[in-house]
Amino acid sequence: MSRVRVLVGTRKGAFILTADGTREQWDVSGPHFGGWQLYHLKASPADPDRLYASQSLGWFGQLIQRSDDGGQTWEPVGNQFSYDGTPGTHQWYDGTPHPWEFERVWHLEPSPTDPDTVHAGVEDAALFRTTDGGQSWQELPALREHGSASGWQPGAGGMCLHTIIHAPDDPKRLYTAISAAGAFRTDDGGQSWQPINHGLHSDGIPDPDAEVGHCVHRIALHRERPNVLFMQKHWDVMRSDDAGDSWYEISGDLPTDFGFPIDVHAHEPDTVYVVPIKSDEQHYPPEGRLRVYRSRTGGNEWEPLTKGLPQSNCYVNVLRDAMAVDSLDDCGIYFGTTGGQVYVSPDAGDSWQPIVRDLPAVLSVEVQTLP
Amino acid sequence: MIRVALPAHLRSLAKIADREITLEVDGRPTQRAVLDALEARYPMLRGTIRDQDTQLRRAFIRFFACELDLSHESPDAPLPDEVAAGREPYLIVGAMAGG
Repeated sequence: MSRVRVLVGTRKGAFILTADGTREQWDVSGPHFGGWQLYHLKASPADPDRLYASQSLGWFGQLIQRSDDGGQTWEPVGNQFSYDGTPGTHQWYDGTPHPWEFERVWHLEPSPTDPDTVHAGVEDAALFRTTDGGQSWQELPALREHGSASGWQPGAGGMCLHTIIHAPDDPKRLYTAISAAGAFRTDDGGQSWQPINHGLHSDGIPDPDAEVGHCVHRIALHRERPNVLFMQKHWDVMRSDDAGDSWYEISGDLPTDFGFPIDVHAHEPDTVYVVPIKSDEQHYPPEGRLRVYRSRTGGNEWEPLTKGLPQSNCYVNVLRDAMAVDSLDDCGIYFGTTGGQVYVSPDAGDSWQPIVRDLPAVLSVEVQTLP
Repeated sequence: MIRVALPAHLRSLAKIADREITLEVDGRPTQRAVLDALEARYPMLRGTIRDQDTQLRRAFIRFFACELDLSHESPDAPLPDEVAAGREPYLIVGAMAGG
């Protein structure tokens, strides 16, 4: 019988949640790395027992941990992230030039085919890669050296590269997103990058239709339809049908078009999930009711999913990396909150149960479907 | 022989059970020589006490010995005789801050 393994990063450690395919009874292991911030954990698609974790703390900086046994034991690997050459400056919050400074790894994206190859998205925004299982990391500098980079500015959480997506039909194509520069695509394995923000509109920047400067929160796609992208932006939920060359809004009847995560059903390319939250200042669900919204039409028409989710006095947030889908049938949806709950829906969102309720604030959620 | 005390997070990272470890340092010991020896024996600590590129002390780390704050001393200044002789420990401390 199939199993699932949910990898949860929190502000005070990592947790691994496992269940069989019914997703009813859960085993919770952790905290791993107790007291440390775990921005992200993710498994290699090519070797499900190979896990990578991004561990950091204000005192001791950034570490990368690796497990070769599905998270039972971990070993620190290389943690030197040095920008290539002299990295120059980007804009600071006050508009002045500010040197690129490495702060932490936000997102680890293992290669679909090689367990030793992983891309890392870091703050200040740049893309790194290891090909030796995390022992050494090299920057792919062309993204940071894009002509627009000196004008990139950090979002409220820092200038982080938080989204990395391998195009399922083209090993040389990669998507990234940076807060608050926008989305970028390479078609040559990272040698060159182009901004893919045409159609995004952000009233909070000097030119609302600028090529870069948009606060993209998350991008998702479905493997079977790789040219269709979905985006949760600072405001607006967006869709592209041409691999990011152009975007149009699909917020439709959402109660608010602000939010962080977005994900796609494993077997239905037109079924999309978001978690709307109130404004960009309050960052909690409208009316204190935690609702995932699902569109089964690729956007514009959204239905609230409430069964099993708190519908009063709930003021948590769901961060950009804190939603995941498994590939079982029915598809399972998972998300974690800043209140420390991890919820699962084993029926594509129709009903929800908490797996755990009282973890530290959840930063990231990933799920593996295992034989 | 130099005695070195590490904060709990770094002891668990390096799988060190005791509060103090001892290190052999050639010649007159300095802070740089002690940290070099520490990182050579425990490579997983590289980058956690000082930046790997600049070699500067991380902002929330402090170095104490003999009731002195050595955090702002030159990394190449000799350590106190009591530390060099192994009678007093060299303390690597995480600042009391945060939550």
